[in-house]
Amino acid sequence: MFVRRQVLLAAGAVAAAAAAVPACAQEEAVKIGLIVPMTGGQASTGRQIDNAIKLYMQQKGDTVAGKKIEIILRDDAAVPDNTKRLAQELIVNEKVNIIAGFGVTPAALAAAPLATQAKVPEIVMAAGTSIITERSPYVVRTSFTLPQSSTIIGDWAAKNGIKKVATLTSDYAPGNDALASFKEHFVAGGGEIVEEVKVPLANPDFAPFLQRMKDSKPDAMFVFVPAGQGGNFMKQYAERGLDKSGIRVIGPGDVMDDDLLNNMGDAALGAVTAHLYSAAHPSQINKEFVAAYKKAFNNRPGFMAVGGYDGIHLIYEALKKTGGDATGDKLIAAMKGMKWESPRGPISIDPETRDIVQNIYIRKVEKVDGELYNVEFATFEAVKDPGKTKK
Amino acid sequence: MTTLPDVSTSAIAGARWRPGEIAFWIVVVACGFLFPSRYLIMTDIVRLALFALSLDLILGYAGIVSLGHAAFFGVGAYSAGLLALHGIINEPVVALVVAGFAAMVLGFFTSFLVIRGVDLTRLMVTLGIALLLEALAERFSGVTGGTDGLQGIEMQPILGRFAFDIFGKTGFFYSSIVLFLLFLLARRIVHSPFGLSLRAIRNNPLRGAAIGIPVNRRLIAIYMVSAFYAGIAGALFTQTTALASLDVFSFERSADLMLMLVIGGTGYLYGGLIGAVVFKMLQELFSTITPQYWLFWIGLVLVVIVLVGRARIHRWALWVPNLIIRQLAGRRAVVAVPESDPS
Repeated sequence: MFVRRQVLLAAGAVAAAAAAVPACAQEEAVKIGLIVPMTGGQASTGRQIDNAIKLYMQQKGDTVAGKKIEIILRDDAAVPDNTKRLAQELIVNEKVNIIAGFGVTPAALAAAPLATQAKVPEIVMAAGTSIITERSPYVVRTSFTLPQSSTIIGDWAAKNGIKKVATLTSDYAPGNDALASFKEHFVAGGGEIVEEVKVPLANPDFAPFLQRMKDSKPDAMFVFVPAGQGGNFMKQYAERGLDKSGIRVIGPGDVMDDDLLNNMGDAALGAVTAHLYSAAHPSQINKEFVAAYKKAFNNRPGFMAVGGYDGIHLIYEALKKTGGDATGDKLIAAMKGMKWESPRGPISIDPETRDIVQNIYIRKVEKVDGELYNVEFATFEAVKDPGKTKK
Repeated sequence: MTTLPDVSTSAIAGARWRPGEIAFWIVVVACGFLFPSRYLIMTDIVRLALFALSLDLILGYAGIVSLGHAAFFGVGAYSAGLLALHGIINEPVVALVVAGFAAMVLGFFTSFLVIRGVDLTRLMVTLGIALLLEALAERFSGVTGGTDGLQGIEMQPILGRFAFDIFGKTGFFYSSIVLFLLFLLARRIVHSPFGLSLRAIRNNPLRGAAIGIPVNRRLIAIYMVSAFYAGIAGALFTQTTALASLDVFSFERSADLMLMLVIGGTGYLYGGLIGAVVFKMLQELFSTITPQYWLFWIGLVLVVIVLVGRARIHRWALWVPNLIIRQLAGRRAVVAVPESDPS
């Protein structure tokens, strides 16, 4: 009897200790719930963001301002109801201080009301529709918005002898954002849209659309497809012989994602896109970033990876500023107006809209050392989201 | 089973509530109070259970295979979403029923296509209908919101009293009550003479027709009931998540549903319910452990389940509870999972 009681006591003590350890750890740790698509069609986005965050934490260590940073990765397969459920469970059960990631716009929108209600910062590292940051005062974005790059390519095209453009965009919010902004600026600059085609987001077959493009004989085609679909698009573009027909590809840089660019083949040569990041960006910090990323993951980082890298950097810096205080309001206040030098160039968080302000570069696909790269040749500095400044 | 009175006695005996069933529902209610932090996943399970129940009604009882059950789910989901979004019917319960009927109407019209063929044809036809609806929803993105889904759905409180909260408590109890009521109805249906005639049709349609069962009419009727159930499940989805996007029509949704029935077993009402619980828990478990490769593990488990055989797994799972029951109430009270009759 006595022995049994002792055993019970010992077991009780162990259990108590086991319960106490995470309780202590919890006070010291800042938990970040990372919700990205790791499976399904948008998996490349999630993979890049996850990689970039791992890389950053390897480089900078996993403690900041005396707090340990803990990442809890969840896969939402880019389905918004999953995102919402996971975000809620992370907030309620895991008591995360920050939710981050969000591969597609509907996912980011689904989580926004939760961020507001729980006063938890939502760091959007990928989704690019303008309205996202307006849905909650706790949303901060480190990726980009489509109007940022689309308006600039619209102006550029109008000034550079492109008169007639056919457009091909994915039929969902970011695609419509891209199309609207491009059209406005291109038409204002004297251009003409000769054909407008929207392709479904899920498993698109571009071939029939490309034929229509070819028949309308434009000077260039404006293309927006989400990151990850660019490779498929360029393949069909080449198969249809559009590369030899003199119709150039222009657009926001999503279609020429660095992640896939090198495998697209020579059909991609000469495509001009406006975007926030190129792996060929000629700065020291980017060279180091690309080298480290390649070494760790055996692949080139794309703009999604940079969105993740800057997102985690923003969290680190905000925590430094608050001295490790991870309350939502303080973090958001610290993040507003923050400026830093990212692999993509100088960027900052607009204190008004919590959206990203960054340089947009006009780039052309060229061969550098036998590999395809987006080589930047013009820079528009500190571009705010035109989708908002309009209002 | 030789004379008429025997049939009715056996039917009545079959319809009697067993202790295991009562225990099952007590566990469901208990879950609502035991895991207050997991309401969302539990709501998800309850919705899936209802959806699986709807497929079981046609697959397990009438022998109609379907790979496109998401069609009804989607119609229910969009109906509920549109009703709430445009403020046509603000009361969730009324909207729920209306959405169910919308799916039922679709069920009526598509049933003629479905009952014509045999199994393979039915698979293709049902699959085709779901894909067709998905394409239509995408085409008419002005109404459905396309890939972005319906944005800005705001649900009014249930019966004007219980508001949907962030933790999903209301949603869970609301869904559970709906599931329970519809389960009672389904139970009544399958144990009625109508239900018995369906099983006769499933086992041998020709013979069913020979003994005077109006085969087609019965099949249409149960197909409509099943569509109604699926529509309600879809409407619950929209109402509890305030979302409806193209993905409600997706093929994966229909296929997952089949898997749930494979896990849980067809031809007895709890099959879908148990299947939904097991499937969702597995998914949750694996995707938490390995967010990248969980699909692999879930596939592996499904293969193992099929190889080992459901009956054996049921026996293992029930071994402990039966041991306890045997101690308390003697040998005869043991819980067994009824297997569907060989068809």
